[in-house]
Amino acid sequence: MYFSFTDEQEEFRSVLRRFLTEKSSPIEVRRLMETDEGYDKVVWQQLSKELGLTALAIPEEFGGSGFGVTELAIANEEMGRALLCAPYFSSAVLATTAILRAATKEQKTRWLPGLASGDSIATFAYAEQGGNWSDAEVATTAEPAADGYKVTGTKCFVTDGGVANQIIVVARKPGTVDSDGLMLLAVDAGAQGVACSQMPAMDPTRKLSTITFDAAQGELLGTDDAGAALAETLQVAAVCLAHEMAGGAERLLESAVDYAKLRFQFGRPIGSFQSLKHKLADMLMDVELTKSGAYYAAAAVDEGDPEAPVTAALIKAFASDVYMQTAVHTVQIHGGIGFTWENDTHLWFKRAKSSEVFLGTAASHREQMMRAMQV
Amino acid sequence: MQHTEEEVRSALRQWLEQNWDPDSSLIEWRNKLVDSGWGVADWPSEWFGKDLPLALMPIVNEEFQRAHAIGVANKGAGRLAAMTLLEHGTPDQKSQFLRRILTGEDVWCQLFSEPGSGSDLAGANTRAVLQGDHWLVNGQKVWTTSAHHADYGFLLARTDMDIPKHQGLSFFLIDMRQPGVEVKPLRQMNGHASFNEVFLTDAIIPKEYLVLSEGDGWKIATTTLMYERRNADSTLRGKKAHGGEQRIYQEEAEEIRVANEPYTWYPQRAGRVDLVVQRAQETGRNTDPVVRQEIAKLICLNRCVEWTARRARTAQEQGRPPGPEGSLGKLASSVVARAANRVHTMIAGGDAMLTGEDSPMQGVIAEVLVSTPAISIAGGTDEIQKNIISERVLGMPKEPRTDVDVPFRDVKKNSF
Repeated sequence: MYFSFTDEQEEFRSVLRRFLTEKSSPIEVRRLMETDEGYDKVVWQQLSKELGLTALAIPEEFGGSGFGVTELAIANEEMGRALLCAPYFSSAVLATTAILRAATKEQKTRWLPGLASGDSIATFAYAEQGGNWSDAEVATTAEPAADGYKVTGTKCFVTDGGVANQIIVVARKPGTVDSDGLMLLAVDAGAQGVACSQMPAMDPTRKLSTITFDAAQGELLGTDDAGAALAETLQVAAVCLAHEMAGGAERLLESAVDYAKLRFQFGRPIGSFQSLKHKLADMLMDVELTKSGAYYAAAAVDEGDPEAPVTAALIKAFASDVYMQTAVHTVQIHGGIGFTWENDTHLWFKRAKSSEVFLGTAASHREQMMRAMQV
Repeated sequence: MQHTEEEVRSALRQWLEQNWDPDSSLIEWRNKLVDSGWGVADWPSEWFGKDLPLALMPIVNEEFQRAHAIGVANKGAGRLAAMTLLEHGTPDQKSQFLRRILTGEDVWCQLFSEPGSGSDLAGANTRAVLQGDHWLVNGQKVWTTSAHHADYGFLLARTDMDIPKHQGLSFFLIDMRQPGVEVKPLRQMNGHASFNEVFLTDAIIPKEYLVLSEGDGWKIATTTLMYERRNADSTLRGKKAHGGEQRIYQEEAEEIRVANEPYTWYPQRAGRVDLVVQRAQETGRNTDPVVRQEIAKLICLNRCVEWTARRARTAQEQGRPPGPEGSLGKLASSVVARAANRVHTMIAGGDAMLTGEDSPMQGVIAEVLVSTPAISIAGGTDEIQKNIISERVLGMPKEPRTDVDVPFRDVKKNSF
């Protein structure tokens, strides 16, 4: 069960691959990455309304289709392959998962149908200036006020902050530290005291914002003790990001393989030289190991495996190392052309670089894994 | 013919109830098994089997386990010989050798590698020359497991120097117990001597022991190697005795003990990742953030390798076409072993300079440190594995070769 997909899941993947091949070609990626919004509204409509991708992991009672993390992860893997420019990870993975894990039933009823249909776009604000994605780093506070909470602080590296209409903010009770006193709050992007500015993202396919909250009105998700829900949200996010990275790495490998067969030097295809053959075999191994780990981790979360926290941290760390290494090798195999703007490799290279640290570095995830294993 | 799972299960269960006798001798029992067809049920019915599809074999194994019944000796080099003979042997060869392989009365060894041809197996230099009704063999083989107690070997030898290398090889069965065969243990860098060198000096092979025809050696060896790869994990290595008191269990335990002797260091060769966390905690190195990172990297890698193996197995069990994940296990285990060696060294610190009973874990860690280099060489070097993966899985073009279209006599060879 952990190691194979059902025929339905395979079919889902191939439908998605066809869709993304058409809608997210490198030409489209290049067009969208130059825009401020960073996504195509028509494609977003199609992927949410026609393919139902934004509804995948949302239960049917809240307007979703009731699938698990496994299906959500397949979507991310395919989007990673195609380098889809869309607020999918922010909205359908991060914010949706946070709501699913922390919100009350009434809140879910109010918010999830909009997210499921794609009419509403949400994002998730956790990291601050240090860019560590750690509980200890959270300085933003939430204080009870007349009708809800007042949120004050500055969030950084918020993905798709510029297009989200709802922000799920991680804040803390004043005076608490580390994982104590953490709360998840929903803030309207248009609320008074909320100011969003774009950060200069090196990966133009992943838009980043700084969002400041100056006593902005927030609505508490569930209870005021959200530490566990936050941890679960981050696990799902780590697993989905690992899939996105696996998909991107596989795409890079394929482009390197194709190029090594086409490019002739010294009278023979460069792929006939052992120095390249061996590098490509190493790349294949890395990519396949990552896929196995990612698939296992998604199933572990879906099945409530008590080791899921270990597995999620493990695969985020492993996948980010592999994605980056694969990108480095792919540029190298392309030689000079691989370092040009014209060649598409840099698009994935930059995504690999930004994924390396997004949600926390590999080193921090390895440490997280060791603690979860009680070493 | 029985075909459904339940039919097979009940037929075998009934047969075992009537015939399984732990007080009989191992050979007596195995002869009975061979006669019944249940010993190798997936083999053809004219050769001791029942023509059972592979998919039903798990049922057979379950029933044997359920009855605590012992199976045939279908492991190691004997199994490779048997599978090769089943496919390519004459009826005479099959009837002479198959039964005694299955009963375990004959021990076999594989005589392929030579000092001068390791990765380039088709470059074998051992010569076989026909003299009347027998072949006369001269040359040297190496890395031969079990040669010191083998009754027979299967041998790749050159029968023609004047045609291209792959075409001039032939495949023989050879009686190991003769004056022309000298077996010497080969001591490894970790101190063990698990393999042998085999010196062939005017060794004699009757004409009837040639498999197929002269020049078919490479084709047949390819079959053997395919079975070797497919059954890489089905040697007796790691097999546990049933532990019963009756005569047959005692005999089986002795057979397993002898068969496992060369492999006591194999777990260490693979790196002993299982010991890393325990060692770090015992030595207190788990508090060093640098060591923690290295341990964690190893665990990440090792788990992903295990999951990949399970993914490949699942695909195979479900009859799905094998994906690339199935070709990577050997290479991946080398990477894991090397990484584990580094981490064990970090944890051991100065103790990594020690060996023997008084060194960490009574020498187990020292054995890891000097054994892992074997895993990236034995059974096909990492470099050859990468060529294979690159060419067969990724479709990379082959390198131009200088040794295939010329007479073997003219191919450049080792000068030492």
